[in-house]
Amino acid sequence: MESDGSTFEREGDGMIPTTFNYFRPHSIEEALLLLRQGEAAKILAGGQSLIPMMKLRVAEPKTLIDLQGVPELAHVTWAGGHCTVGSLTSHATLAADADLRQKAGALWDAANGLGDPQVRNLGTIGGACAHADPSGDYPAVMLALDACFIVAGEKTREVAAAEFFKGTFETALGAGEILTKITFDAAPRSAYVKLEHAASHYALVGVAVVLVMSRDTIEDARIAITGLADVPFRASGVERSLRGVKGNNVAAIKSACAGAAAGQDVRGDIQASSAYRTAMADIVAARAVRVATDPR
Amino acid sequence: MAPSAMVGARIRRREDPRLITGRATYVDDVKLVGMVHAAFIRSPYAHAKILRLQMAKAKAHPGVLAVFSGADLHAAGMTASLPVAHKLPDLKTPPHYPLAVDEVRFVGEAVAVIVASDPYVARDAAELVEVEYDELPVVVDLEKATTSGAPLVHAALGTNVAYAMPFKAGDPDGAFASADVVVERRLINQRLAPVPIETRGVVAQWDAGAGRVTIHSSTQIPHLLRTQLSLVLGLAENKVRAIAPEVGGGFGSKLNVYAEEAVVAWLAMRLGRPVKWSETRSECFQAMIHGRDQIDDCEIAAKRDGTITGLRVRILANLGAYHQLLTPVIPTLTLLMAPGCYRIANVDIEVKGVFTNTMSTDAYRGAGRPEATYLIERLMDLVARKLELDPADVRRRNFIEPSAFPFTTSTGLTYDSGDYANTMEKALQLADYRGLRTRQAALRKEGRFLGIGLSTYVEVCGMGPSAAMPAAGWDSATIRVEPTGSVTVLTGISPHGQGEETTFAQLVADELGIPIDNIAVVHGDTDIVQYGVGTFGSRGTAVGGSALKLAIETIQAKAIRIAAHQWEANPDDVEYRDGKIGVPTDPSKSMTTAEAGFLAFMGDKLPPGLEPGLDATRRFEPPNFVYPFGTHVCVVEIDSETGQVKIVRYVAVDDCGKVLNPMIVEGQVHGGIAQGMAQALYEEVVYDEYGQLLTGTLMDYAIPHAEQVPHFELDRTVTETTVNPLGVKGVGEAGTIGSTPAVVNAVMDALAPFGVEHIDMPLRPEKLWKAMGPRSNGKVTA
Amino acid sequence: MARVEVEVNGTRHELEGVEPRLLLVHFLRERLGLTGTHIGCDTSSCGACTVLLDGKSVKSCTMFAVQADGRAVTTIEGLGSSAELHPMQEAFWAQHGLQCGFCTTGMIMSAVDLLRRIPNPSEGEIRAGLEGNLCRCTGYENIVAAVRAAAAALAAMETPKTIGELVEVGGR
Repeated sequence: MESDGSTFEREGDGMIPTTFNYFRPHSIEEALLLLRQGEAAKILAGGQSLIPMMKLRVAEPKTLIDLQGVPELAHVTWAGGHCTVGSLTSHATLAADADLRQKAGALWDAANGLGDPQVRNLGTIGGACAHADPSGDYPAVMLALDACFIVAGEKTREVAAAEFFKGTFETALGAGEILTKITFDAAPRSAYVKLEHAASHYALVGVAVVLVMSRDTIEDARIAITGLADVPFRASGVERSLRGVKGNNVAAIKSACAGAAAGQDVRGDIQASSAYRTAMADIVAARAVRVATDPR
Repeated sequence: MAPSAMVGARIRRREDPRLITGRATYVDDVKLVGMVHAAFIRSPYAHAKILRLQMAKAKAHPGVLAVFSGADLHAAGMTASLPVAHKLPDLKTPPHYPLAVDEVRFVGEAVAVIVASDPYVARDAAELVEVEYDELPVVVDLEKATTSGAPLVHAALGTNVAYAMPFKAGDPDGAFASADVVVERRLINQRLAPVPIETRGVVAQWDAGAGRVTIHSSTQIPHLLRTQLSLVLGLAENKVRAIAPEVGGGFGSKLNVYAEEAVVAWLAMRLGRPVKWSETRSECFQAMIHGRDQIDDCEIAAKRDGTITGLRVRILANLGAYHQLLTPVIPTLTLLMAPGCYRIANVDIEVKGVFTNTMSTDAYRGAGRPEATYLIERLMDLVARKLELDPADVRRRNFIEPSAFPFTTSTGLTYDSGDYANTMEKALQLADYRGLRTRQAALRKEGRFLGIGLSTYVEVCGMGPSAAMPAAGWDSATIRVEPTGSVTVLTGISPHGQGEETTFAQLVADELGIPIDNIAVVHGDTDIVQYGVGTFGSRGTAVGGSALKLAIETIQAKAIRIAAHQWEANPDDVEYRDGKIGVPTDPSKSMTTAEAGFLAFMGDKLPPGLEPGLDATRRFEPPNFVYPFGTHVCVVEIDSETGQVKIVRYVAVDDCGKVLNPMIVEGQVHGGIAQGMAQALYEEVVYDEYGQLLTGTLMDYAIPHAEQVPHFELDRTVTETTVNPLGVKGVGEAGTIGSTPAVVNAVMDALAPFGVEHIDMPLRPEKLWKAMGPRSNGKVTA
Repeated sequence: MARVEVEVNGTRHELEGVEPRLLLVHFLRERLGLTGTHIGCDTSSCGACTVLLDGKSVKSCTMFAVQADGRAVTTIEGLGSSAELHPMQEAFWAQHGLQCGFCTTGMIMSAVDLLRRIPNPSEGEIRAGLEGNLCRCTGYENIVAAVRAAAAALAAMETPKTIGELVEVGGR
C-alpha cells in the first residue's frame, strides 16, 4: 500500500470497498473517453495504492478504468542517453533491470526498496507517481532525475516533475487526464537511500541524488527529499555546497549535506518526530551522495 | 520408561501436511448451509454516553436480516456480564456486557451488530447505522487515572483502582537502610498487541431440534469457552458445543471469552441460521486483548560486592476499561516472579490494577513474567554499572545455587529445579563473552558502538496447580486402543501451533509400541474430547502430556493383565519393555498393545472381573508449577548517526527440562525470542490522550518481518523436574520472557560511553539518537 | 456485475455475476472454495493471501477478481498435494518452517516466487525477499532454513529446471 496510514483519516474497517463500475479499455483513447464519461472515475493501474484506499473507503470511485488492456504502456526504452518509461511498468520490472541500475541507479534503488515483492509485482511507476504519497519513494527520484511526465488528455502535454507533485495525494493531473510516460536523461551517478518506518517500510526520510561528476569531483548535484513535507523538495542549499567536493571526501560530503531540510515544515508522528526527520535528512543525504559518487 | 526411539527425536510434525497444502480448516474456512454474516458497529469514542441508535436505514438495506443494539440484547434477556476468573479478595468488577448498553469505555467497543446475507452487504449496511454519542471525559494515562479528580472509567465504582495487592517479606526497610548502594529506576513495560496472523472469528449454528448451539471459534480454550458461554447464554452446558478448529496463533490472545463469541452464538439462536463473523485486522487491534502495560517503580539494594539485599517495586498495571477473563490476575504474576533467579530475601512489592479508557489487557505470551524478568534483569545491569562490576559477575554472586532446590522464594513460590550458573556459563562460552568484550573495547576506539546484553531468566509456567490458579489447572487425556490396533488420543489441551499432535504421538508410540502413523491425536471439540482446560501458560506438555503419561500407565496396566491371563502367568511377572508386553524370564512370551487391544475388544478372553475394552481417561493435577530458565546473550551494534540498532548475534541457552522433540522446542524458542526482541525494539500500542488508537493497523504497529530478526544460535541444558511424571517444563513463553531484557541490556551497554543508563522500550532509533546527543558521533571516548 | 474467465490451478473457470469490487481473495475462497489462501490483515501488510498471478507473487487481497480475467492464478492448492508435495512445501515440513500454519501458505507462495527471481539466494536475500510476509510463530529462523533447503533441492533436480516450470507442473 502506497499511503501513509497516519496521513488520512480512517473511515472503514479496511477490507471491503464500495461498489463501482469496472471497465477495461484497449487503448488510451478509449480510456480517456471512459474517464471523461464515467461518474467519479479513477484510473486503475497496478492498484497497489488505490485498492488499499478503496478498502478503507477513503477512496470511493464510482468508475474504475483498468489500464491492463493497454499493455503498450509498459516498457522501458532508451534512446541515446534518454529514457522513456511507460506508466504501466511495474516496480518489479524496473527492479530487475540491470541496465537501469547503471544508467539511473536512483530509480533502480527506489524500485527495489518500494513496498515488498508482491507489491512490486503488481504496482506500477505511473500509479505510484499519480498517487503522490508524501512518503512515497518515486516523487523524490523523479525530482532528482528532473523527469518529465507525459500526460494524455484532451491534448497531450508534458509536465516537469517539479510541477507534477502538488500536495499530499495531489498531482497536476487533471480529471480527464492519464499519465502515460515518464522521461528522463541517464543519471549514471545517482542513488536513492531511505530510512524506513518500522511497520510500513515507507520512507521516514528518503533522499534521491543525481550527481554530475568530473573525474572524482562533484560538479553539480540534484538532491530531492521525500517523507518530510507534503511534497518532495529539492535541497538546493546542499546542491550548492556539494559543488567542488571530492567524491571520496566523506567529511566534506557530510558537511555539505548539513541543513538538507532547511526551510521546510517537517512533519512528525509517533515513529519519528520533526526534529529527528530533519536531522536524518542530513545523514541520509550524505549516505545517498556517497553511494552516487561511485559508478553502479 | 521404555528406551526411546521417538521421544527425543526430531520427528517431522504430523499436523503439517494439511497446513502446507492449504487443506486445513480455520474458522473462516467453515461454511455452513444458509450461513449469514455478522458485522459489529464499534465506538469511535473512548468514553461516551450512547444517546440514540438509528438502525432503521440499515435494517431496510437489501440483504440485511437484523440489527441489534446492546439494549436489544438486554431486552431479550441477554443480561449477563462476560466472565472474569480470579481469586483476588477485593477486586472491583464492573459489569461488562457483550454489547455496550448505555456507555462506551474504549474505542472499538461494540455497540451494535448487523447480520446480512453477505459480508459485503453487512459492511455496506454498517455505514447506515447512526449512533449519537455524548462524549465523556477520557482517561488514558495510567498514573493520571490513579489521581483524585481523574475522570472515572466506571463512575459507579468511585475509583479507577480495581485492586491493590501489597506484599512484604523479610526486612526490606532494614535492607535498604543498611545497603552500600541503592539503585532507583522507573521501568515502563509498554502495551503490546498480540497479533496472531489469524484474527478472531466465530461461526455459530443453532440446532433448533436439539436445542443446542455449536460455536466454532478461534480459541485456545474450547471447554472453558463452552462453560462460560453456557452461563452467558443461559443454556445448559450440555446444550453448548465449542469447537476450536485449526487456530492460527494465539499467544494468549485467544485465552479468553469475548463479546463477539457470545453475540454471534446468540444471533444464531435468535435467527435460527448459522452466523459467521470474521474479524478484520483493524478490529483486532481495537478489540482483541492487549498485553503488558505496566509502570514499575523499582528500587534495589546491594552490597559493594554486588550481593542484592533488597527489592522494592510499585507496579502500576493498566487493566484497560473492563476485565476480560484474566485481566486482573496477570500483573500479580509480576509480583511473584520479581526476584527472578536470585536469592533476594527482603522484598516489598505492591501491585495496583487500574482502569483506563483503553482495550483490556490480559495474557500475552509470558503474561506478567516478561515484566518481572525485565525489571529484575534491568536492575541487575544497573547495579553492575553502578558498582563497576561485570554484569555476569553480579549475576553469579546472586544466583540460587543448584543445591538449594526446591527453593522457596521470598514471594512464596517454590522453584522446582534449576542450575542457573550452568546455563549462563554455557551461553557465555558459546558467545565468547570475553572475546566480545575485547572486541567491544577495540571498536569503541574506532567510534563504533557494540553492546553485549545478558538476561538470566527463570519463569513460572506449566499452569498450574488448581489451588494457585484462577480456575482449574489440571488437564486430561484419553487413550483408546481401537479394535484393529490403531490408537486414538483425545487431549484436553488445545494446541494451535505447538505441535502436540506430534509430540503426544511420539510418547504413545514409544510407550505402547504403536507405529506413529497408527496414532491419531484429537483435540478441540467439546463433544468429542473429555473436559480439558486448554493450551496456555506453557502447560500443554507439562500438564496435558503428563495426563497422557498417566493414561499410558493405565493402558499398560490393563494390557499386562490381559496378556498375563492369556499366558496363564502372574501379572506381577509381566511387564512392558520397548513398547511390548512380555515376561522377562520367558522370551517366548510377547504381545503387542494392539493384540491386547483386540483381545480386550473381543471380550471373551479376559480375566474374571476385567471389563472389555482397552481405553483410559486420566487427569493430571500438577502439584506445583514448573520453572524453566536460561541465559540469553544479545550483541548489538548501534548506528551512532541514526540510532538504529542492529542485532549482530543472538545466543540462547535454555533449560526446559526433558525434551520430547528438540525440533519443536527450538521452534518455540525461535518464535519466543522474536516476540520478546520485538518488544524491545519495535512494538508499542499507542493511544492518544483522547483514547484514539494510533497504532490500529499493521502499517502503524510494527511486528517484525524476516529482515528485522537475526539468526538465533541455540543450545540447551537439561534439568528435569519432579513436578510431573515426564520431567518436562514449559517452553512456549520462555523465549519471549528471556529475550526482551537481553536486547535492552545490550543496547544500554552499547550506549554506556554516552553516559546513557536507560531508555524505555521500544528502542526506536529516534530515542537512541536523542540519548546519544546531537553531535555525539566521534566525540565520545571509550 | 461482470463475467470473469480465469485459469486457477490449471482449471479454467468462467463465472458470471461477479461484483467488480469482489477481491480476488474472496473470489478464490468463497466462489471457488479454495480456502488455503488466507486473510490476515486489511492493509496489504501480512502476505497471508499471496498467490501467483501468471507465475508472480501478488497479494490477492489487493486485487479485484475482475483484474484476473484472462490470466492464470496458482494458489497453494495448485502447488502440490499431500501425495506430491512441491519441494518448497517439502522443505517447510522438513525444516519445521511453520507452527500455526496460518501465514504458511502465503509464505510458501512468496518463497516460490523468490526462487524464481533468485535461484540460489543468500540468507540476506531470503530475508529481504520475504519482506511482504509476516509470521508471528517461527521467528523466521526455520523459514529461512526451508527456503535454503528448497533452493538446494531444486538445484539438485535436473528437470524441471526452473521453479516457474514447476509451478506449471503443479498447476496441471
